[in-house]
Amino acid sequence: MPLDRTSRPSQVATQARLRGRPSLPKSLTNFARRKPLGAASGLVLLGLLLVAVLAPWIAPRDPQETNAAFKWAKPGGELLLGGDQLGRDVLSRLIHGARISLYVGLVSVGVGITGGTLLGIFSAYLGGKSDLVLQRLVDALMAFPPIILALGLMAARGASINNVVIALVAVLLPGATRVVRAQALSIKELDYVLAARAIGASSWRIMLRHMLPNVAATCIVLSTITLGYAIVVEATLSFLGVGIPPDVPTWGGMLTLGATRYVEVAPWLAIFPGVAIAVVVFAVNLLGDALRDVLDPKLRGL
Amino acid sequence: MRQYAAKRIGLFFPTVLLVTIIVFVVMRLVPGDPALAILEGSGGGAYTQQDLDNLRAKLGTDRPIVTQYGAWVGNALRGDFGNSLWFEAPVMTELKDRLPVSIQLAVMSIVLAVLVAVPLGVLSASKPDSLVDYGARFFTLVGIGLPNFFTAILLTMLLVTVFGWLPPLGYENLWEDPLANLKQMIFPAVALAFYEMAFIARVTRSAMLEVLREDYMRTARSKGLPEREVVWRHGLKNAFLPILTISGWQFGRLFGGTVVIETIFVVPGIGRILIESIFQRDFTMIQAIIVIVGVAILAINLLVDLLCGWLDPRIRYA
Repeated sequence: MPLDRTSRPSQVATQARLRGRPSLPKSLTNFARRKPLGAASGLVLLGLLLVAVLAPWIAPRDPQETNAAFKWAKPGGELLLGGDQLGRDVLSRLIHGARISLYVGLVSVGVGITGGTLLGIFSAYLGGKSDLVLQRLVDALMAFPPIILALGLMAARGASINNVVIALVAVLLPGATRVVRAQALSIKELDYVLAARAIGASSWRIMLRHMLPNVAATCIVLSTITLGYAIVVEATLSFLGVGIPPDVPTWGGMLTLGATRYVEVAPWLAIFPGVAIAVVVFAVNLLGDALRDVLDPKLRGL
Repeated sequence: MRQYAAKRIGLFFPTVLLVTIIVFVVMRLVPGDPALAILEGSGGGAYTQQDLDNLRAKLGTDRPIVTQYGAWVGNALRGDFGNSLWFEAPVMTELKDRLPVSIQLAVMSIVLAVLVAVPLGVLSASKPDSLVDYGARFFTLVGIGLPNFFTAILLTMLLVTVFGWLPPLGYENLWEDPLANLKQMIFPAVALAFYEMAFIARVTRSAMLEVLREDYMRTARSKGLPEREVVWRHGLKNAFLPILTISGWQFGRLFGGTVVIETIFVVPGIGRILIESIFQRDFTMIQAIIVIVGVAILAINLLVDLLCGWLDPRIRYA
């Protein structure tokens, strides 16, 4: 039978099945069946992303608008989650805070893990002196507790969203480099890398086309887990008052005022942002665990 | 062992050097220079070129950067981190009283964390998928999910609403009034320990699960040892190294957590002064604290590595 266009889609599907790689929707339902908790967490995160993107449209009020009538308003009244010490709507501030948390988290994880992965592969592939020097640099950067390193950067550069992202990248990048390098070192010795070299593939091609896809599982798991971490660090910096300027509504910043000064009069000011952070971190961790078990159980302990 | 130790210690010093360079470079990322940042930061903006030059001379930032670095490291090695810009006194006289406080807090937390985490992890692993295991896993998940400042706030809320009591503010020296000191320190320590506990318990569980599958565990059981003996003596002993490594690692990280906890509970340690120094633009103080913490952590990691090598010959010869 001649190979005509109409027969191609089914052939592609057959090939995909033979390669053992199911289609995306199918693998998603598989994932949901095997790891219901992980899938639910994924949905929570997706929902949150949606809330963050749509914040200006779904927030019931302006997060900055002060209204004396709502000062210390208890949750459940006209304002669903109550009002703060200036009479601002806690719910609207939470919704807008989600934007900051997710923006900072996603950008810093994106840059940090991508950079760390490339550096890790590079370091492992080159070996020798550059590897040694790079790894000592990673050692030195990882000697600082992340918060301390971030605080140093914030002290030098001042409070702003971009500086928080820079500080987070400085914290996440060395960690990712370390993990990916360890994996790339063993991949480098595998036969397919040798085969690629034998047919004359360049170093770049070997690193980007052969080694990179094989550390992808690690990267995905790493990104999920560090996302929670990044959100906590951002919240901590804002909580301490050195992260994002206090006029921007952030979860960490809401906790600062709400938590330390008004615990007795208005506990909800501390509880809601705290719960928001905790829920995101839970969801991220559960999703990360589930992805790790499915993609590569050997990564346990990451 | 000697060879392993020599190699490990040989790596230690270049890393320490790099740590000092990183801190120095980070602190020079101030837009303009520290002198400019201080003058512009202190509200007014009304300063003359003369003021700027004087401050630069005082900070030493009028010299070439390599000279500045050399002088700073040379003095730091002798324990002199320069004068605090805020207290106008040597940084070390201020830190001398504060370092022990933070160290006490960190030691109390790690001891608490390990004391709870190891039994919890072992119990959880010895009866996988039992009610105890699920309970422990949920508990540790909560611990990992809660940022430490939120744990601390929840703890103070609990104390205020349930017991109508807050740990006394102000600080008593451990050696002068141990009881009052412990009363103040126990809650910060608990708040700080919760996350570490959860983390160590998870590592303990997975290390134990791996060990419990080994042949020698079956041998121990089949020669008739009671289950308790099998799990705690044969099992835990073999799962101990990852637990030790991670506990040592976490102990170093605790100095990051103390920043937050000390701020909330008003504990006069180095964490709190670090935050205050950031607001006061006290760059010499910030620089000193970060370097001390970084080098301390490197030293702790070195110690843990040596301990692991001493305990397990496989590591020595790897």
